[in-house]
Amino acid sequence: MIINEELVKEAVKKHGSSRAALIPVLQELVAGKNYLSDLDMVEVAREMNLSAADVYGTATFYSFLDTRPRGKYVIRVCKTISCSMKGKNAILATIEETLKIKLGETTADRKFSLLETNCIGWCHKAPAILINDEPYTELTPKKVTEVLREYIKQ
Amino acid sequence: MSKIPVQRVDLIFEKITCKEIFEKVLQSKPEEIIQSVIDSGLKGRGGAGFPTGLKWQFAAREKGADKYIVCNADEGEPGTFKDREILDEVPEKVFCGMAIASLAIGAKIGYIYLRGEYKFLVPKLENKLAEFQQLMQDLGHDFRIELRLGSGAYICGEESALFESIEGRRGEPRNKPPYPTKSGLFHKPTCINNVETLVYTVMIQKYGAMHFRELGTKDSRGSKVFSVSGDTPTAGIYELELGMSVREFVDVFGDGDTKAVQVGGAAGFCVPRKRFDETIIGFEGVPTGGSMKLFNSSRSMYNVLHNYLDFFAEESCGQCTPCRVGCQQLLKGIEAVKKGEKSHKYLDELVKLAATMKIAAKCGLGQSVGNAFSSIVENFKEEIIY
Ligand SMILES: Cc1cc2nc3c(=O)[nH]c(=O)nc-3n(C[C@H](O)[C@H](O)[C@H](O)COP(=O)(O)O)c2cc1C
Ligand code: SF4
Repeated sequence: MIINEELVKEAVKKHGSSRAALIPVLQELVAGKNYLSDLDMVEVAREMNLSAADVYGTATFYSFLDTRPRGKYVIRVCKTISCSMKGKNAILATIEETLKIKLGETTADRKFSLLETNCIGWCHKAPAILINDEPYTELTPKKVTEVLREYIKQ
Repeated sequence: MSKIPVQRVDLIFEKITCKEIFEKVLQSKPEEIIQSVIDSGLKGRGGAGFPTGLKWQFAAREKGADKYIVCNADEGEPGTFKDREILDEVPEKVFCGMAIASLAIGAKIGYIYLRGEYKFLVPKLENKLAEFQQLMQDLGHDFRIELRLGSGAYICGEESALFESIEGRRGEPRNKPPYPTKSGLFHKPTCINNVETLVYTVMIQKYGAMHFRELGTKDSRGSKVFSVSGDTPTAGIYELELGMSVREFVDVFGDGDTKAVQVGGAAGFCVPRKRFDETIIGFEGVPTGGSMKLFNSSRSMYNVLHNYLDFFAEESCGQCTPCRVGCQQLLKGIEAVKKGEKSHKYLDELVKLAATMKIAAKCGLGQSVGNAFSSIVENFKEEIIY
């Protein structure tokens, strides 16, 4: 399991070690390495003087604080009603086909993970997805393929 | 767009100079600011609709110097996307509203809790925030705003869960009372308002309480930003006067085949065609945080309800049994009826369960699951069963 003590130290230095800094610290780690390993959380607990169970319990409450290995680009497909009405399944199928992974999986090169998520606030431009922090809206199978192609190139 | 009984308004997105307004407000006493908000009749735009002026008054009356202003930008209700647009288009007006609130209640620190799904807004917000901070300094008002991000938990829009989250914990709602104005963020007196509410307080200072009060109805003063989506040719964000009927709304936004409108998101109510005329969109009828979702006759209301229940089952914080177990049971229940494993009479049992959740659940999430559940099941029973 990968642990990154340097990243943890930097994050705690930046946000401080008060309890209120815990979520910003965890968010920083996820932004940097895409997920929190058990050892990361133990390290955060030590740096912030908390119990590891407390850090784990807090992290696992939040769906964006992944505690399972994820790819460099996490794709979250909105599955709430508007997107679901406006063709979410076709978008999901296209992504699965293009990346050769199923929902919940990560590509072998650790570049992409594919997840579903609840309403991301683009119902008027459904269907929508997030790739890391970036929203993509009014998608069609063709459009999402083009978006993915750009990421694959990177 | 048609001849409109549905009156368009332009307050929220109007470009204004916050400096002038804030300079004017700085000359006022806190009681005067609060009175103007009370006089305007403004109620919270985040869904619950508590009178904003009263909330400010309660917070102002609390003793002590440690008080907080919190801007609720968690916007997680399915079908709501107007706060994102407000923060994107007129962020300085949101900051200005927080600063006015800080004058009114005597707070030095404000927090904006922005949902993680809107993280792409952060660079822009930080830039605008730096400018605003400079303005505060130039005008000599001691008030600082911090930006915090959510991480994909709908429940953190509930005010006490939001406080827990800022404090670095799981976003589990607290018992109420005490209410936030007495014991909120860091257990200090806190005034928490929705993004849109805060912007209205700015416009009330600009144009006066009466200007706002003259819009809308006795129970629902003013205007509101609506997020319109679903089966409509004109999905988008619209600021409209309150007090229209669902019929008037559908005449403007429908696709000619609207069979139901879900008002207020997954936590709101489903209004079927036969009730369009009599149902007022506002606090006297069906309240809404702005989510208006139209469904035409091609849609299965079973699928709609299933989608909402799946949402709630996932987003329930799991802290209290009626909601944790109730959400799962409602979901399993309609699946069983659909498959014919349970008779249609079982739906009556499920409606009773939803009613129990309304009484027994700890927070607004569990309490409101029954809104959509009962209004969909009662009006579209055949679609749920067959
Ligand atoms: C489950 C749940 C989710 C909520 N989500 C939000 C939200 O995303 N934004 C919001 O402003 N209020 C939300 N609220 C309402 C808040 O608890 C609170 O009433 C509101 O922020 C107060 O601001 P207002 O008076 O200006 O509306 C939510 C309530 C519940 C029960
Ligand atoms: S009602 Fe649901 S969301 Fe609210 S405290 Fe109970 S379990 Fe948590």
